[in-house]
Amino acid sequence: MKGMRRVAMGLASLLILFSMVAGLLSRFDYMRQDRMCIDARPSPEHWLGTDALGRDRFSRLVHGTRVSLMLAPAAAGLSTLLAFALGAAPGFLGKFHERIARTFIDLVLSMPWLFLLLMVRTLLPLNISPKASVAVTFLMLGLLGWGVPARILLARARRLRQSEFVLFARCTGVSRCRLLGIHLMPNLWPVMLAQFLIAVPVFILAEANLSLLGLGVAEPLPSLGSLLRELETILSVRGDLCSFSALAVLVLIVSSLQIVASQSEVH
Amino acid sequence: MRNAILQRLMFMAITVLVGGFLSATLVRYAPGFGTDERLLDARLSSESKEAIRKEAVEERSVVHYYTVSLQRVLQGDLGTSRSLQRPVSRLLAERGAVTLTLAVMGLAGAWGAAVLLVFTTWLLHSRALETAFAVAGGALLCLPSGAVALLLLLWNGPGFVALALVVFPKVYSYLGNLVKAAAGMPHILTATATGISGSRVLFWHVLPVIRREVAALAGVSLGLALSAAIPVEALGGIPGVGQLAWHAALARDLPVLLSVTLLVIACTVLANSGADLLGDNRSGPS
Repeated sequence: MKGMRRVAMGLASLLILFSMVAGLLSRFDYMRQDRMCIDARPSPEHWLGTDALGRDRFSRLVHGTRVSLMLAPAAAGLSTLLAFALGAAPGFLGKFHERIARTFIDLVLSMPWLFLLLMVRTLLPLNISPKASVAVTFLMLGLLGWGVPARILLARARRLRQSEFVLFARCTGVSRCRLLGIHLMPNLWPVMLAQFLIAVPVFILAEANLSLLGLGVAEPLPSLGSLLRELETILSVRGDLCSFSALAVLVLIVSSLQIVASQSEVH
Repeated sequence: MRNAILQRLMFMAITVLVGGFLSATLVRYAPGFGTDERLLDARLSSESKEAIRKEAVEERSVVHYYTVSLQRVLQGDLGTSRSLQRPVSRLLAERGAVTLTLAVMGLAGAWGAAVLLVFTTWLLHSRALETAFAVAGGALLCLPSGAVALLLLLWNGPGFVALALVVFPKVYSYLGNLVKAAAGMPHILTATATGISGSRVLFWHVLPVIRREVAALAGVSLGLALSAAIPVEALGGIPGVGQLAWHAALARDLPVLLSVTLLVIACTVLANSGADLLGDNRSGPS
Protein backbone atom coordinates (compact mmCIF):
# COMPACT_ATOMS: atom_id res chain seq x y z
CA MET A 1 0.00 0.00 0.00
CA LYS A 2 2.93 2.32 0.71
CA GLY A 3 4.13 1.88 -2.84
CA MET A 4 0.68 2.65 -4.20
CA ARG A 5 0.52 5.80 -2.11
CA ARG A 6 3.94 6.89 -3.36
CA VAL A 7 2.89 6.36 -6.97
CA ALA A 8 -0.34 8.29 -6.36
CA MET A 9 1.53 11.13 -4.66
CA GLY A 10 4.06 11.23 -7.47
CA LEU A 11 1.31 11.33 -10.08
CA ALA A 12 -0.61 14.04 -8.23
CA SER A 13 2.56 16.14 -7.84
CA LEU A 14 3.35 15.69 -11.52
CA LEU A 15 -0.13 16.84 -12.53
CA ILE A 16 0.06 19.82 -10.18
CA LEU A 17 3.44 20.75 -11.64
CA PHE A 18 2.03 20.24 -15.13
CA SER A 19 -0.78 22.68 -14.38
CA MET A 20 1.50 25.22 -12.68
CA VAL A 21 3.65 25.62 -15.78
CA ALA A 22 0.59 25.77 -18.03
CA GLY A 23 1.73 29.06 -19.60
CA LEU A 24 5.09 27.58 -20.57
CA LEU A 25 3.66 24.34 -21.94
CA SER A 26 0.93 25.74 -24.13
CA ARG A 27 1.75 27.54 -27.32
CA PHE A 28 -1.68 29.10 -27.76
CA ASP A 29 -3.93 31.21 -25.61
CA TYR A 30 -6.75 29.11 -24.17
CA MET A 31 -9.41 31.42 -25.63
CA ARG A 32 -7.82 32.12 -29.01
CA GLN A 33 -10.21 30.95 -31.72
CA ASP A 34 -8.95 29.82 -35.08
CA ARG A 35 -12.04 29.74 -37.26
CA MET A 36 -10.09 28.12 -40.11
CA CYS A 37 -9.13 25.19 -37.92
CA ILE A 38 -12.32 23.90 -36.31
CA ASP A 39 -12.48 20.37 -34.85
CA ALA A 40 -8.99 19.64 -36.13
CA ARG A 41 -7.35 16.30 -35.51
CA PRO A 42 -4.11 16.12 -33.43
CA SER A 43 -1.15 17.57 -35.30
CA PRO A 44 2.37 18.84 -34.45
CA GLU A 45 0.83 22.30 -34.11
CA HIS A 46 -2.21 21.32 -32.03
CA TRP A 47 -1.14 18.29 -29.97
CA LEU A 48 -4.69 17.34 -28.96
CA GLY A 49 -6.47 18.96 -31.89
CA THR A 50 -8.95 21.83 -31.61
CA ASP A 51 -12.49 22.10 -30.31
CA ALA A 52 -15.69 23.21 -32.06
CA LEU A 53 -14.65 26.87 -31.82
CA GLY A 54 -11.14 26.25 -33.11
CA ARG A 55 -9.46 26.63 -29.72
CA ASP A 56 -6.34 24.61 -28.94
CA ARG A 57 -7.47 21.65 -26.82
CA PHE A 58 -4.09 21.14 -25.12
CA SER A 59 -3.91 24.78 -23.96
CA ARG A 60 -7.42 24.57 -22.58
CA LEU A 61 -6.62 21.31 -20.83
CA VAL A 62 -3.53 22.61 -19.02
CA HIS A 63 -5.25 25.87 -18.02
CA GLY A 64 -8.43 24.01 -16.99
CA THR A 65 -6.38 21.64 -14.84
CA ARG A 66 -4.74 24.65 -13.20
CA VAL A 67 -8.11 26.27 -12.41
CA SER A 68 -9.47 23.09 -10.82
CA LEU A 69 -6.26 22.25 -8.96
CA MET A 70 -5.87 25.74 -7.54
CA LEU A 71 -9.44 26.39 -6.46
CA ALA A 72 -10.56 22.95 -5.22
CA PRO A 73 -7.89 22.93 -2.45
CA ALA A 74 -8.90 26.49 -1.51
CA ALA A 75 -12.54 25.42 -1.19
CA ALA A 76 -11.48 22.30 0.74
CA GLY A 77 -9.43 24.48 3.09
CA LEU A 78 -12.43 26.72 3.70
CA SER A 79 -14.75 23.79 4.40
CA THR A 80 -12.19 22.20 6.76
CA LEU A 81 -11.85 25.46 8.70
CA LEU A 82 -15.63 25.76 8.91
CA ALA A 83 -15.80 22.14 10.07
CA PHE A 84 -13.29 22.95 12.81
CA ALA A 85 -15.17 26.06 13.92
CA LEU A 86 -18.65 24.53 13.78
CA GLY A 87 -17.83 20.93 14.72
CA ALA A 88 -14.56 20.48 16.60
CA ALA A 89 -14.61 23.62 18.76
CA PRO A 90 -18.17 23.08 20.14
CA GLY A 91 -17.42 19.38 20.61
CA PHE A 92 -14.43 20.29 22.75
CA LEU A 93 -16.12 23.03 24.76
CA GLY A 94 -18.78 20.94 26.50
CA LYS A 95 -21.97 18.91 26.27
CA PHE A 96 -24.29 21.88 25.73
CA HIS A 97 -22.27 23.29 22.82
CA GLU A 98 -21.86 19.79 21.43
CA ARG A 99 -25.60 19.12 21.40
CA ILE A 100 -26.36 22.38 19.57
CA ALA A 101 -23.57 21.75 17.06
CA ARG A 102 -24.69 18.15 16.49
CA THR A 103 -28.29 19.21 15.79
CA PHE A 104 -27.13 21.91 13.39
CA ILE A 105 -24.78 19.52 11.59
CA ASP A 106 -27.57 16.92 11.32
CA LEU A 107 -29.78 19.58 9.77
CA VAL A 108 -27.11 20.55 7.26
CA LEU A 109 -26.38 16.91 6.42
CA SER A 110 -30.07 16.30 5.73
CA MET A 111 -30.05 18.87 2.96
CA PRO A 112 -29.21 17.96 -0.60
CA TRP A 113 -26.33 20.35 -1.14
CA LEU A 114 -26.26 19.87 -4.91
CA PHE A 115 -29.77 21.33 -5.04
CA LEU A 116 -28.77 24.25 -2.81
CA LEU A 117 -25.67 24.81 -4.91
CA LEU A 118 -27.75 24.73 -8.06
CA MET A 119 -30.10 27.30 -6.58
CA VAL A 120 -27.40 29.77 -5.54
CA ARG A 121 -25.41 29.29 -8.73
CA THR A 122 -28.54 30.05 -10.72
CA LEU A 123 -28.99 33.37 -9.02
CA LEU A 124 -25.64 34.82 -9.99
CA PRO A 125 -25.94 38.02 -12.05
CA LEU A 126 -26.36 37.50 -15.76
CA ASN A 127 -23.30 39.61 -16.57
CA ILE A 128 -20.92 37.89 -14.16
CA SER A 129 -17.35 37.60 -15.41
CA PRO A 130 -15.84 34.11 -15.97
CA LYS A 131 -13.26 34.68 -13.19
CA ALA A 132 -15.98 35.70 -10.73
CA SER A 133 -18.10 32.69 -11.74
CA VAL A 134 -15.26 30.27 -11.02
CA ALA A 135 -14.51 31.95 -7.67
CA VAL A 136 -18.18 31.92 -6.61
CA THR A 137 -18.62 28.28 -7.68
CA PHE A 138 -15.73 27.07 -5.54
CA LEU A 139 -16.64 29.44 -2.68
CA MET A 140 -20.11 27.93 -2.61
CA LEU A 141 -18.64 24.42 -2.60
CA GLY A 142 -16.51 25.38 0.40
CA LEU A 143 -19.40 27.02 2.24
CA LEU A 144 -21.80 24.12 1.73
CA GLY A 145 -19.47 21.12 1.99
CA TRP A 146 -18.43 21.27 5.67
CA GLY A 147 -21.12 18.95 7.13
CA VAL A 148 -19.37 15.57 6.92
CA PRO A 149 -15.93 16.77 8.12
CA ALA A 150 -17.62 18.67 10.96
CA ARG A 151 -19.35 15.49 12.13
CA ILE A 152 -16.06 13.59 12.14
CA LEU A 153 -14.15 16.38 13.86
CA LEU A 154 -16.90 16.74 16.46
CA ALA A 155 -16.66 13.06 17.38
CA ARG A 156 -12.87 13.25 17.65
CA ALA A 157 -13.01 16.49 19.69
CA ARG A 158 -15.49 14.91 22.12
CA ARG A 159 -13.12 12.00 22.64
CA LEU A 160 -10.29 14.45 23.31
CA ARG A 161 -12.47 16.40 25.76
CA GLN A 162 -12.98 13.23 27.77
CA SER A 163 -9.30 12.25 27.68
CA GLU A 164 -7.16 12.28 30.81
CA PHE A 165 -4.58 14.79 29.64
CA VAL A 166 -7.29 17.38 28.87
CA LEU A 167 -8.92 16.72 32.25
CA PHE A 168 -5.54 17.21 33.88
CA ALA A 169 -4.95 20.44 31.95
CA ARG A 170 -8.36 21.71 33.04
CA CYS A 171 -7.63 20.87 36.66
CA THR A 172 -4.45 22.91 36.50
CA GLY A 173 -6.50 25.90 35.38
CA VAL A 174 -5.60 26.09 31.68
CA SER A 175 -7.98 28.49 29.89
CA ARG A 176 -10.37 27.34 27.13
CA CYS A 177 -8.53 29.28 24.44
CA ARG A 178 -5.24 27.74 25.46
CA LEU A 179 -6.85 24.29 25.56
CA LEU A 180 -8.13 24.79 22.02
CA GLY A 181 -4.80 26.11 20.79
CA ILE A 182 -2.30 23.77 22.41
CA HIS A 183 -4.31 20.60 23.02
CA LEU A 184 -7.10 20.42 20.48
CA MET A 185 -5.45 21.77 17.32
CA PRO A 186 -2.28 19.63 17.36
CA ASN A 187 -4.28 16.48 18.15
CA LEU A 188 -6.87 17.17 15.48
CA TRP A 189 -4.37 18.16 12.83
CA PRO A 190 -4.05 14.67 11.21
CA VAL A 191 -7.85 14.30 11.04
CA MET A 192 -8.22 17.79 9.57
CA LEU A 193 -5.55 17.02 6.99
CA ALA A 194 -7.32 13.78 6.05
CA GLN A 195 -10.66 15.60 5.72
CA PHE A 196 -9.01 18.29 3.61
CA LEU A 197 -7.50 15.67 1.29
CA ILE A 198 -10.83 13.87 1.01
CA ALA A 199 -12.64 17.12 0.17
CA VAL A 200 -10.34 18.12 -2.72
CA PRO A 201 -11.40 15.35 -5.19
CA VAL A 202 -15.02 15.65 -4.01
CA PHE A 203 -15.04 19.36 -4.91
CA ILE A 204 -13.32 18.73 -8.25
CA LEU A 205 -16.09 16.22 -9.09
CA ALA A 206 -18.84 18.56 -7.85
CA GLU A 207 -17.51 21.39 -10.04
CA ALA A 208 -17.33 18.97 -12.95
CA ASN A 209 -20.99 18.04 -12.46
CA LEU A 210 -22.06 21.68 -12.25
CA SER A 211 -20.05 22.59 -15.34
CA LEU A 212 -21.47 19.64 -17.27
CA LEU A 213 -24.90 21.08 -16.53
CA GLY A 214 -23.79 24.50 -17.78
CA LEU A 215 -23.90 25.99 -14.28
CA GLY A 216 -20.24 25.92 -13.32
CA VAL A 217 -17.34 27.92 -14.68
CA ALA A 218 -18.45 30.37 -17.37
CA GLU A 219 -16.94 30.37 -20.86
CA PRO A 220 -14.30 31.07 -22.11
CA LEU A 221 -12.44 30.17 -18.89
CA PRO A 222 -11.71 26.43 -18.92
CA SER A 223 -11.94 24.05 -15.97
CA LEU A 224 -11.82 20.26 -15.94
CA GLY A 225 -15.62 20.23 -15.64
CA SER A 226 -16.32 22.67 -18.44
CA LEU A 227 -13.95 20.73 -20.72
CA LEU A 228 -16.05 17.61 -20.12
CA ARG A 229 -18.92 19.29 -21.96
CA GLU A 230 -17.04 18.39 -25.09
CA LEU A 231 -18.05 14.79 -24.45
CA GLU A 232 -21.47 15.78 -25.74
CA THR A 233 -19.94 16.35 -29.17
CA ILE A 234 -18.84 12.73 -29.26
CA LEU A 235 -22.50 11.90 -29.60
CA SER A 236 -22.43 13.71 -32.94
CA VAL A 237 -20.12 12.80 -35.82
CA ARG A 238 -17.47 15.34 -34.89
CA GLY A 239 -16.03 13.71 -31.80
CA ASP A 240 -12.69 11.95 -31.68
CA LEU A 241 -10.68 10.21 -28.99
CA CYS A 242 -8.97 13.45 -27.95
CA SER A 243 -12.33 14.65 -26.61
CA PHE A 244 -11.72 12.15 -23.82
CA SER A 245 -8.46 13.85 -22.76
CA ALA A 246 -10.14 16.02 -20.10
CA LEU A 247 -11.94 12.98 -18.70
CA ALA A 248 -8.68 11.03 -18.60
CA VAL A 249 -6.87 13.84 -16.75
CA LEU A 250 -9.82 14.23 -14.35
CA VAL A 251 -9.83 10.50 -13.55
CA LEU A 252 -6.04 10.53 -13.03
CA ILE A 253 -6.19 13.52 -10.69
CA VAL A 254 -9.21 12.35 -8.69
CA SER A 255 -7.98 8.75 -8.37
CA SER A 256 -4.49 9.77 -7.23
CA LEU A 257 -5.92 12.29 -4.75
CA GLN A 258 -8.37 9.69 -3.46
CA ILE A 259 -5.60 7.15 -2.88
CA VAL A 260 -3.52 9.76 -1.04
CA ALA A 261 -6.59 10.76 1.01
CA SER A 262 -7.59 7.21 1.91
CA GLN A 263 -4.05 6.40 3.00
CA SER A 264 -3.77 9.50 5.18
CA GLU A 265 -7.13 8.59 6.71
CA VAL A 266 -5.72 5.16 7.61
CA HIS A 267 -2.57 6.70 9.11
CA MET B 1 -41.43 3.26 20.27
CA ARG B 2 -44.16 5.91 20.04
CA ASN B 3 -41.81 8.49 21.56
CA ALA B 4 -39.09 7.60 19.07
CA ILE B 5 -41.51 8.02 16.15
CA LEU B 6 -42.79 11.34 17.55
CA GLN B 7 -39.22 12.58 18.01
CA ARG B 8 -38.37 11.59 14.46
CA LEU B 9 -41.46 13.31 13.09
CA MET B 10 -40.61 16.47 14.99
CA PHE B 11 -37.03 16.38 13.74
CA MET B 12 -38.30 15.87 10.18
CA ALA B 13 -40.67 18.83 10.43
CA ILE B 14 -37.96 21.07 11.90
CA THR B 15 -35.44 19.98 9.25
CA VAL B 16 -37.83 20.70 6.40
CA LEU B 17 -38.75 24.09 7.87
CA VAL B 18 -35.14 25.08 8.57
CA GLY B 19 -34.03 23.68 5.22
CA GLY B 20 -36.66 25.77 3.48
CA PHE B 21 -35.60 28.85 5.41
CA LEU B 22 -31.93 28.26 4.61
CA SER B 23 -32.79 27.79 0.94
CA ALA B 24 -34.83 31.02 0.96
CA THR B 25 -31.97 32.85 2.72
CA LEU B 26 -29.42 31.56 0.21
CA VAL B 27 -31.68 32.66 -2.61
CA ARG B 28 -32.28 36.09 -1.07
CA TYR B 29 -28.58 36.84 -0.52
CA ALA B 30 -27.34 35.36 -3.80
CA PRO B 31 -25.56 38.12 -5.76
CA GLY B 32 -28.06 38.13 -8.60
CA PHE B 33 -31.26 38.23 -6.53
CA GLY B 34 -33.81 40.59 -8.05
CA THR B 35 -32.33 40.33 -11.53
CA ASP B 36 -35.13 39.22 -13.80
CA GLU B 37 -34.57 38.28 -17.43
CA ARG B 38 -38.14 39.30 -18.25
CA LEU B 39 -37.15 42.95 -17.74
CA LEU B 40 -34.99 42.64 -20.88
CA ASP B 41 -37.99 41.62 -22.96
CA ALA B 42 -38.75 44.51 -25.32
CA ARG B 43 -42.29 43.24 -25.93
CA LEU B 44 -43.34 43.95 -22.33
CA SER B 45 -45.03 47.26 -21.56
CA SER B 46 -43.69 49.60 -18.89
CA GLU B 47 -46.64 48.61 -16.62
CA SER B 48 -45.72 44.94 -16.90
CA LYS B 49 -42.09 45.71 -16.12
CA GLU B 50 -43.17 47.79 -13.14
CA ALA B 51 -45.29 44.87 -11.89
CA ILE B 52 -42.27 42.54 -12.17
CA ARG B 53 -40.12 45.02 -10.23
CA LYS B 54 -42.82 45.31 -7.56
CA GLU B 55 -42.93 41.51 -7.28
CA ALA B 56 -39.17 41.48 -6.69
CA VAL B 57 -39.41 44.22 -4.02
CA GLU B 58 -41.98 42.14 -2.10
CA GLU B 59 -39.53 39.23 -2.07
CA ARG B 60 -36.69 41.29 -0.55
CA SER B 61 -37.43 40.44 3.08
CA VAL B 62 -36.36 36.82 3.68
CA VAL B 63 -38.83 36.30 6.52
CA HIS B 64 -41.72 37.79 4.55
CA TYR B 65 -40.80 35.84 1.43
CA TYR B 66 -40.47 32.58 3.35
CA THR B 67 -43.63 33.07 5.43
CA VAL B 68 -45.72 33.82 2.35
CA SER B 69 -44.23 30.82 0.50
CA LEU B 70 -44.86 28.55 3.49
CA GLN B 71 -48.46 29.70 3.85
CA ARG B 72 -49.01 28.92 0.19
CA VAL B 73 -47.37 25.50 0.55
CA LEU B 74 -49.60 24.67 3.53
CA GLN B 75 -52.63 25.55 1.40
CA GLY B 76 -51.36 23.20 -1.29
CA ASP B 77 -50.30 26.00 -3.61
CA LEU B 78 -46.66 25.64 -4.67
CA GLY B 79 -46.88 28.62 -7.00
CA THR B 80 -46.64 28.85 -10.75
CA SER B 81 -43.55 28.18 -12.79
CA ARG B 82 -42.27 31.41 -14.37
CA SER B 83 -40.63 29.66 -17.29
CA LEU B 84 -43.24 26.99 -18.05
CA GLN B 85 -46.32 29.01 -16.94
CA ARG B 86 -47.84 25.97 -15.24
CA PRO B 87 -48.63 25.16 -11.59
CA VAL B 88 -45.57 23.74 -9.85
CA SER B 89 -47.64 21.08 -8.05
CA ARG B 90 -48.82 19.70 -11.40
CA LEU B 91 -45.28 19.70 -12.79
CA LEU B 92 -44.03 17.83 -9.72
CA ALA B 93 -46.88 15.31 -9.91
CA GLU B 94 -46.15 14.60 -13.58
CA ARG B 95 -42.41 14.27 -13.19
CA GLY B 96 -42.25 12.78 -9.68
CA ALA B 97 -43.31 9.36 -10.91
CA VAL B 98 -40.54 9.31 -13.54
CA THR B 99 -37.84 10.20 -10.98
CA LEU B 100 -39.25 7.77 -8.44
CA THR B 101 -39.15 4.91 -10.96
CA LEU B 102 -35.63 5.89 -12.01
CA ALA B 103 -34.44 6.13 -8.38
CA VAL B 104 -36.04 2.84 -7.34
CA MET B 105 -34.59 0.98 -10.34
CA GLY B 106 -31.19 2.64 -9.93
CA LEU B 107 -31.06 1.88 -6.21
CA ALA B 108 -32.18 -1.70 -6.79
CA GLY B 109 -29.41 -2.13 -9.36
CA ALA B 110 -26.75 -0.51 -7.16
CA TRP B 111 -27.73 -2.42 -4.03
CA GLY B 112 -28.17 -5.69 -5.90
CA ALA B 113 -24.70 -5.44 -7.44
CA ALA B 114 -23.05 -4.26 -4.19
CA VAL B 115 -24.63 -7.00 -2.06
CA LEU B 116 -23.83 -9.66 -4.65
CA LEU B 117 -20.18 -8.62 -4.92
CA VAL B 118 -19.67 -8.24 -1.16
CA PHE B 119 -21.26 -11.63 -0.48
CA THR B 120 -19.29 -13.30 -3.27
CA THR B 121 -16.04 -11.89 -1.89
CA TRP B 122 -16.97 -13.10 1.61
CA LEU B 123 -17.96 -16.61 0.51
CA LEU B 124 -15.04 -17.18 -1.85
CA HIS B 125 -12.39 -15.57 0.39
CA SER B 126 -10.63 -14.42 -2.75
CA ARG B 127 -8.16 -11.57 -2.31
CA ALA B 128 -7.81 -11.14 -6.08
CA LEU B 129 -11.56 -10.82 -6.54
CA GLU B 130 -11.78 -8.30 -3.72
CA THR B 131 -9.00 -6.20 -5.25
CA ALA B 132 -10.62 -6.36 -8.69
CA PHE B 133 -14.00 -5.21 -7.33
CA ALA B 134 -12.35 -2.48 -5.24
CA VAL B 135 -10.49 -1.16 -8.30
CA ALA B 136 -13.69 -1.20 -10.39
CA GLY B 137 -15.61 0.60 -7.63
CA GLY B 138 -12.77 3.09 -7.15
CA ALA B 139 -12.67 3.84 -10.87
CA LEU B 140 -16.40 4.59 -10.86
CA LEU B 141 -15.92 6.87 -7.84
CA CYS B 142 -13.53 8.99 -9.90
CA LEU B 143 -16.14 9.79 -12.55
CA PRO B 144 -18.59 12.67 -12.15
CA SER B 145 -22.19 11.45 -12.38
CA GLY B 146 -22.76 13.68 -15.42
CA ALA B 147 -19.89 12.00 -17.27
CA VAL B 148 -21.31 8.56 -16.39
CA ALA B 149 -24.67 9.65 -17.82
CA LEU B 150 -23.03 10.98 -20.99
CA LEU B 151 -20.94 7.85 -21.51
CA LEU B 152 -23.99 5.68 -21.03
CA LEU B 153 -25.89 7.82 -23.50
CA LEU B 154 -23.04 7.20 -25.93
CA TRP B 155 -23.66 3.47 -25.64
CA ASN B 156 -27.47 3.89 -25.66
CA GLY B 157 -27.78 2.59 -22.11
CA PRO B 158 -30.88 3.22 -19.98
CA GLY B 159 -30.88 6.07 -17.44
CA PHE B 160 -31.34 3.89 -14.37
CA VAL B 161 -28.06 2.10 -15.14
CA ALA B 162 -26.24 5.45 -14.96
CA LEU B 163 -27.87 6.12 -11.60
CA ALA B 164 -26.94 2.63 -10.40
CA LEU B 165 -23.34 3.15 -11.53
CA VAL B 166 -23.15 6.41 -9.56
CA VAL B 167 -24.61 4.96 -6.34
CA PHE B 168 -23.00 1.50 -6.55
CA PRO B 169 -19.35 2.37 -5.64
CA LYS B 170 -20.37 4.23 -2.50
CA VAL B 171 -22.69 1.44 -1.34
CA TYR B 172 -20.16 -1.24 -2.24
CA SER B 173 -17.21 0.35 -0.45
CA TYR B 174 -19.21 1.14 2.70
CA LEU B 175 -20.91 -2.26 2.82
CA GLY B 176 -17.59 -4.02 2.19
CA ASN B 177 -15.93 -2.08 5.03
CA LEU B 178 -18.81 -2.89 7.38
CA VAL B 179 -18.61 -6.62 6.64
CA LYS B 180 -14.82 -6.56 6.97
CA ALA B 181 -15.01 -4.77 10.32
CA ALA B 182 -17.66 -7.19 11.60
CA ALA B 183 -15.56 -10.18 10.51
CA GLY B 184 -12.91 -9.25 13.08
CA MET B 185 -15.35 -9.37 16.01
CA PRO B 186 -14.56 -12.09 18.59
CA HIS B 187 -17.89 -13.95 18.34
CA ILE B 188 -17.69 -14.05 14.54
CA LEU B 189 -14.09 -15.26 14.65
CA THR B 190 -15.19 -17.97 17.08
CA ALA B 191 -18.10 -18.95 14.85
CA THR B 192 -15.75 -19.19 11.86
CA ALA B 193 -13.21 -21.20 13.89
CA THR B 194 -15.84 -23.75 14.96
CA GLY B 195 -16.33 -24.65 11.31
CA ILE B 196 -19.71 -23.01 10.64
CA SER B 197 -20.18 -22.44 6.92
CA GLY B 198 -19.39 -18.99 5.46
CA SER B 199 -22.96 -18.32 4.39
CA ARG B 200 -24.33 -19.21 7.83
CA VAL B 201 -21.79 -16.93 9.54
CA LEU B 202 -22.69 -14.15 7.11
CA PHE B 203 -26.47 -14.37 7.45
CA TRP B 204 -26.72 -15.32 11.14
CA HIS B 205 -23.83 -13.45 12.69
CA VAL B 206 -22.48 -10.69 10.45
CA LEU B 207 -25.68 -9.21 9.01
CA PRO B 208 -27.52 -8.83 12.34
CA VAL B 209 -24.50 -6.97 13.76
CA ILE B 210 -24.36 -4.46 10.91
CA ARG B 211 -28.10 -4.09 10.27
CA ARG B 212 -28.31 -0.62 11.84
CA GLU B 213 -25.49 0.75 9.68
CA VAL B 214 -26.92 -0.94 6.58
CA ALA B 215 -30.32 0.65 7.25
CA ALA B 216 -28.63 4.05 7.66
CA LEU B 217 -26.74 3.47 4.41
CA ALA B 218 -30.02 2.66 2.66
CA GLY B 219 -31.44 6.01 3.80
CA VAL B 220 -28.36 7.90 2.70
CA SER B 221 -28.31 6.17 -0.68
CA LEU B 222 -31.72 7.64 -1.54
CA GLY B 223 -30.26 11.12 -1.08
CA LEU B 224 -27.33 10.12 -3.29
CA ALA B 225 -29.69 8.83 -5.95
CA LEU B 226 -31.80 12.01 -5.91
CA SER B 227 -28.70 14.20 -6.25
CA ALA B 228 -27.37 12.04 -9.07
CA ALA B 229 -30.76 12.23 -10.78
CA ILE B 230 -30.13 15.86 -11.80
CA PRO B 231 -27.19 15.25 -14.18
CA VAL B 232 -28.52 11.85 -15.26
CA GLU B 233 -31.96 13.20 -16.20
CA ALA B 234 -30.66 16.50 -17.58
CA LEU B 235 -28.02 14.97 -19.84
CA GLY B 236 -29.97 11.80 -20.63
CA GLY B 237 -33.13 13.70 -21.63
CA ILE B 238 -35.30 11.96 -19.02
CA PRO B 239 -38.34 14.10 -18.09
CA GLY B 240 -38.13 13.80 -14.29
CA VAL B 241 -37.82 16.15 -11.32
CA GLY B 242 -34.03 16.39 -11.83
CA GLN B 243 -34.50 17.67 -15.35
CA LEU B 244 -37.16 20.07 -14.08
CA ALA B 245 -34.71 21.42 -11.47
CA TRP B 246 -32.06 21.86 -14.16
CA HIS B 247 -34.44 23.69 -16.50
CA ALA B 248 -35.58 25.86 -13.59
CA ALA B 249 -31.95 26.62 -12.73
CA LEU B 250 -31.18 27.69 -16.29
CA ALA B 251 -34.38 29.75 -16.53
CA ARG B 252 -33.92 31.27 -13.02
CA ASP B 253 -37.34 29.88 -12.08
CA LEU B 254 -37.33 30.32 -8.29
CA PRO B 255 -40.75 28.88 -7.34
CA VAL B 256 -39.89 25.60 -9.05
CA LEU B 257 -36.38 25.42 -7.56
CA LEU B 258 -37.59 26.16 -4.03
CA SER B 259 -40.39 23.57 -4.25
CA VAL B 260 -38.08 20.91 -5.68
CA THR B 261 -35.48 21.58 -2.97
CA LEU B 262 -38.13 21.33 -0.22
CA LEU B 263 -39.46 18.12 -1.75
CA VAL B 264 -35.99 16.59 -1.93
CA ILE B 265 -35.19 17.64 1.66
CA ALA B 266 -38.48 16.04 2.82
CA CYS B 267 -37.73 12.81 0.91
CA THR B 268 -34.15 12.64 2.24
CA VAL B 269 -35.18 13.24 5.85
CA LEU B 270 -38.07 10.77 5.56
CA ALA B 271 -35.76 8.10 4.16
CA ASN B 272 -33.08 8.70 6.81
CA SER B 273 -35.58 8.68 9.68
CA GLY B 274 -37.35 5.58 8.34
CA ALA B 275 -34.03 3.80 7.97
CA ASP B 276 -32.99 4.75 11.51
CA LEU B 277 -36.27 3.49 12.97
CA LEU B 278 -36.03 0.27 10.97
CA GLY B 279 -32.44 -0.29 12.08
CA ASP B 280 -33.30 0.36 15.72
CA ASN B 281 -36.33 -1.90 15.95
CA ARG B 282 -35.52 -4.99 13.92
CA SER B 283 -34.31 -7.82 16.10
CA GLY B 284 -31.72 -10.23 14.74
CA PRO B 285 -30.97 -13.84 15.60
CA SER B 286 -27.41 -13.13 16.79
